Amino acid sequence: MTNLLLFVEAPVLLIQVILDGVLVGALFALAAYGLALVWGVMNIINIVQGELVLLGGYVALTVVGAGLSPFMAIPIAAAVLFIVGWLLYRGVIFRVVEKDLFTSVLATFGLSILIAQLINQGFGADVRSIDSGLGTWLFFDGIVSVSQARVVAFVLALLIGAVLVIFLRVTRLGRAIRATAQNARAARALGVDTGQVYAWTYAINAAICGAAGALIVMIWVIQPFGGLLYTVRAFMIVIVAGLGNVVGVIGAALGLGAAETFVGFVFGTQFQAAFVFSLLVVILVARNVRLARQRRYLR
Amino acid sequence: MSALLDVRAISKRFGGVVANERITLTVAPGEIVGLIGPNGSGKTTLFNSITGQHPIDEGSISFDGHEISTLRVSAIARLGLIRTYQQTRVFRRMTARANMLASAPAERGAMFRRPTSAERDRADDLLAFVGLGEKRLLPAGELSFGQQKLLEFAMALMRGPRLLLLDEPTAGINPTLINRLAEHLRRANKELGVTLLVIEHNMPVVMALASRIYCLAHGELLAEGAPEAIRNDPRVIDAYLGAR
Amino acid sequence: MTSRQRSLSCGFLTIALALAAPFVVPALKVQLAILCIMIVLALTWDALGGQMGYNSFGNVLFFGIGMYASALVQVGLFHDVGAYTAASGTGTFEFSRAQYFVGLALGLWAAPFVAVAVASLLGAGLLGLRGHYFAIATLGLGIAGGEFAASWEYVGGASGFQLPLFPGDFDDRALSFYALALALAVVTFLVLRFLYAGRFGLVLNAIRDDEDKAEALGLYTVRHKVVAWCVVAFFVGCAGAIFGNLNGLIEPREVAFSGATFGVWMVLMAILGGKGTPWGPVLGAVVFYGMKELFWTYLFGWQRVALGILIVVIVLFFPAGILGSLRARRAPATTERRG
Repeated sequence: MTNLLLFVEAPVLLIQVILDGVLVGALFALAAYGLALVWGVMNIINIVQGELVLLGGYVALTVVGAGLSPFMAIPIAAAVLFIVGWLLYRGVIFRVVEKDLFTSVLATFGLSILIAQLINQGFGADVRSIDSGLGTWLFFDGIVSVSQARVVAFVLALLIGAVLVIFLRVTRLGRAIRATAQNARAARALGVDTGQVYAWTYAINAAICGAAGALIVMIWVIQPFGGLLYTVRAFMIVIVAGLGNVVGVIGAALGLGAAETFVGFVFGTQFQAAFVFSLLVVILVARNVRLARQRRYLR
Repeated sequence: MSALLDVRAISKRFGGVVANERITLTVAPGEIVGLIGPNGSGKTTLFNSITGQHPIDEGSISFDGHEISTLRVSAIARLGLIRTYQQTRVFRRMTARANMLASAPAERGAMFRRPTSAERDRADDLLAFVGLGEKRLLPAGELSFGQQKLLEFAMALMRGPRLLLLDEPTAGINPTLINRLAEHLRRANKELGVTLLVIEHNMPVVMALASRIYCLAHGELLAEGAPEAIRNDPRVIDAYLGAR
Repeated sequence: MTSRQRSLSCGFLTIALALAAPFVVPALKVQLAILCIMIVLALTWDALGGQMGYNSFGNVLFFGIGMYASALVQVGLFHDVGAYTAASGTGTFEFSRAQYFVGLALGLWAAPFVAVAVASLLGAGLLGLRGHYFAIATLGLGIAGGEFAASWEYVGGASGFQLPLFPGDFDDRALSFYALALALAVVTFLVLRFLYAGRFGLVLNAIRDDEDKAEALGLYTVRHKVVAWCVVAFFVGCAGAIFGNLNGLIEPREVAFSGATFGVWMVLMAILGGKGTPWGPVLGAVVFYGMKELFWTYLFGWQRVALGILIVVIVLFFPAGILGSLRARRAPATTERRG
């Protein structure tokens, strides 16, 4: 808590903290947008989202280990995860699509446990990271340092997001996806192969997560059991922003990133995860209470 | 004669759509009142407003002297105002008998006790009353739509309501059984003292059953009166035939 | 044989087996004790999930709270907890025989009540959530518990909390905790049966089948939900206290508040056996735990992966559970009498 006093002594530290948080928030936004996509189209809450992000990071690790540049790793991770997503859909997810949401939560939670264990077997439990090879910019006499990699990741994340939004709006597949999201039965009646649409949607989501993971491993660390934290972040952002709201997702994501980093700085990084998980509970309960009030209870 | 249900000038809007516009309606104790109107005229919305399923935008609703427009759904139900649903809602995985026992009124401290034999008898009697005696051990979800409607009606009676709001009780019922159901309603009113407010599309049934009828159209109260008057009211006829 | 006779004979058979087991397979005493804990977790999960329709991933919060509460009492009565955890519970902190057993007895009593206290605080807010929101909120809650415990140095932080050692040999210890766990499992089963047989069970099932309808009938849904939640917290808290002592070391993320192990296992055991049936969770616990132990023995290295696969398989292919599939295969006219 003495860290709080540091803000008084050097207010620019606040800028550092907020900036760090906002920059990483863009990556949360990517994962959140993918989660919202799968939720809106397939009515599945994809708990394994975080592990898909991690997998992207581990693919990037492997790629960089083989000698390629970290930035090459991004499209490779996206491609590999696209295939993984497609296989996951054809193998497991398709069975869960038409069922109730709890079954999807349970099934994808099972998958998340399975994949986390597989990653652990394959890569070990240590935290891993990649050196992006980029430097840092210094401001305010060196008090505020901004990692160039973070800025690049931020820009790339927003770029990928923009490409996705345009894709959904302009291409035929994108329109088929949006039609299925609105009314699957009507889409089927109009000749849309909803099975294919689901597969594409899930695979695209996985690809987005892969890219996000490849970016995250450059600016942060990854470890096999950190997936749920990403999933919960993505879920919270979607809840706060609402399913169709792209701008809201970005705003909520950046906000979450900043809040999380702030808490980590003031209370210690070991509290960061605790903050995220309890914030989830608070947000859900608060939102519910607000909705309940619209039914105007007497109490 | 003070009204049991006193709905005063209530309005309900959903976004830009006005579902109910300044509706005023009263039901006296012991009456059977009908509520008719073409589809989309706001009848079910009115029921939802009365039972507390959503807040109203204007007006007040008074039941047995209590203002209920700000009360929770379960609080309103505990005052003795029970409704049935157009789509029929029962507890599908429980047996018909269990449905009935769950509907039994219970005192405050009675959370953990077993159902009494009096309750069991009453449940079986009411099931027999609606003709479901033989089906009482079947899961409610396995009953036909018409049987579920009867079960829902029996559950409502089991609760011992003062006022029962019925949403299209004869819809989906085999025509040969409609008269029997109408007879059940009449008996519930006469013998059990249950006041009824009934939404119905089946004109012969509602005209024969109700002592007063309200007609809704486009969210507004169009006409009110005795069945004969309503039957011959040109505005009502227009509303149903679509002429504006 | 009526269903009631069938149930009673199942009960007697199970008790007989359970009493004989530690003497027939003495090497498995610890596993049997853990099996009883698993049965309690499955039964309590089913009370919320199978009977009431509220699928919780966060019961593990009470497991961990019970564990820590008992541990704090057991140590705190005789030593300064802060100093104890700073020294990682080693060496200088002795517990006499009497101190151990008094501490254990009081700890086992404190654990469920602390758990219920927390449950009643959280219940009103959480139980207003429906369906998958409840599932995810409870998931977050369970894991948040672990994160907070791991960050709290007073109770040992991430390295955990070492419990006082049982004054006796391994076999006595295993037998004692088996007895405790078995007693808990039996009491939990009987209490839940009692609740289900009364109006409480009817209202719970009504909430599961159609909560809005239950409200519209005037049933006291909130009251029932919170009571069920607190009953669950009580027994899960007890289970946590016993398990903590059995394990010896309470590690916040892996043992006490582990969403990915106990937290999800209790869901699977109830589903595997048959959600919403009286014996389903028991059967599911036995089968699931049995398979888990087999994996640990024969698939070492890959046991966790195998368990992950099992989880997915159960969810996808056995949603009705063992008892559910059996019931569907019997003639549909023979439904069990309820009420």
